[in-house]
Amino acid sequence: MKTFKYLLAGLSLALVFPIAQAKPVTYDIDVPGMHASINFKVNHLGYSWLVGRFDKFEGHFVHDAKNPKNEKVEVTIDTRSVNSNHAERDKHLRSDDFLNVSKHPEAKFVSTSVTNQKDGTKLIKGDFTLNGVTKPIEIVANKMGEGDDPWGGYRAGFEGTAEITMKDFGFKMDLGPASAKAYLDLHVEGIRR
Amino acid sequence: MLTNQANQYGVVQIALHWLIALTIFGLFGLGLWMVELTYYSSWYLTAPDIHRSIGVIVVSLMILRLLWRLANPKVVPLATHKTWERKLAHVTHALMYVLILLLGISGYMITTAKGQALQVFDWFSIPAISFGIEYQEDIAGDLHEIFAWSLIGLAVLHIAGALKHHFVVRDNTLKRMLP
Repeated sequence: MKTFKYLLAGLSLALVFPIAQAKPVTYDIDVPGMHASINFKVNHLGYSWLVGRFDKFEGHFVHDAKNPKNEKVEVTIDTRSVNSNHAERDKHLRSDDFLNVSKHPEAKFVSTSVTNQKDGTKLIKGDFTLNGVTKPIEIVANKMGEGDDPWGGYRAGFEGTAEITMKDFGFKMDLGPASAKAYLDLHVEGIRR
Repeated sequence: MLTNQANQYGVVQIALHWLIALTIFGLFGLGLWMVELTYYSSWYLTAPDIHRSIGVIVVSLMILRLLWRLANPKVVPLATHKTWERKLAHVTHALMYVLILLLGISGYMITTAKGQALQVFDWFSIPAISFGIEYQEDIAGDLHEIFAWSLIGLAVLHIAGALKHHFVVRDNTLKRMLP
């Protein structure tokens, strides 16, 4: 009898779950636990990559496994938190040669459309505001997975890449042709609201 | 005379005074120039290296100068100096001493904010101390600039005073600081 009860419970869960997941679900990016990172790399002189990150950001996304039209991403970045592990460079990155953080302390990405591509990735188009300039950018994202976590929550994770041309966002410093672009490397884990 | 007398500065004090004075103006110009360099300037790395290294040396000389001054007999102001002149000169001198030390500390705090050591030429490096201040390099950088302009402003006042005493009042004030 007990076994039957569990079986029934399991069965009903299995029935309910796919339905629940087919709806758009909002996830908050796990900032408190920092299971997310916003990294960038810029070519250095054509010889190597300089890698940095933004330490402070927050945001949420809506994931709908069935209908990408319902999907959304919104992330706000504290530009002052730029970190390339070198004090004098970070000071320079925050100056008006680059991010001008005293004038534009916030960068923001707001998606405008999400589409599923043939190769299984998602193409996330959106407006990116950086250094006070808003431009459309495209993020190619890949779902890593989703499911229960061991602590009673439910999580979904994505990784994504995007590239921006720094001049488009009004960066004054010219680092040369090899270093015109910043490549963003995004890792986002969200906890279901 | 090597040491200071009541009515005349000694050779050591005079040498330190002029050496530090010239170096401070040099560092000020170098500092203003180097922050405007483009990335592909051949000076982009070397100019800050020189600025940091000379900075450490000039602050060390300043500490030496302060100790030397304290160990020597006090040079008294000329009897003809008015009270307000004495007071103003005294405050200006004291502030210039303090500002040079603060410039050294704030400069050190920019470079070492994220744990990098401060390299003095290829002679030695000063390790970083963690103060746990968020955005230390930015705060220290802003202060460094304010201190620098304040010091130069006071130095201009100091020079104006010296020239006034030499050319207008025609007393011995400036001559006491000459070899």
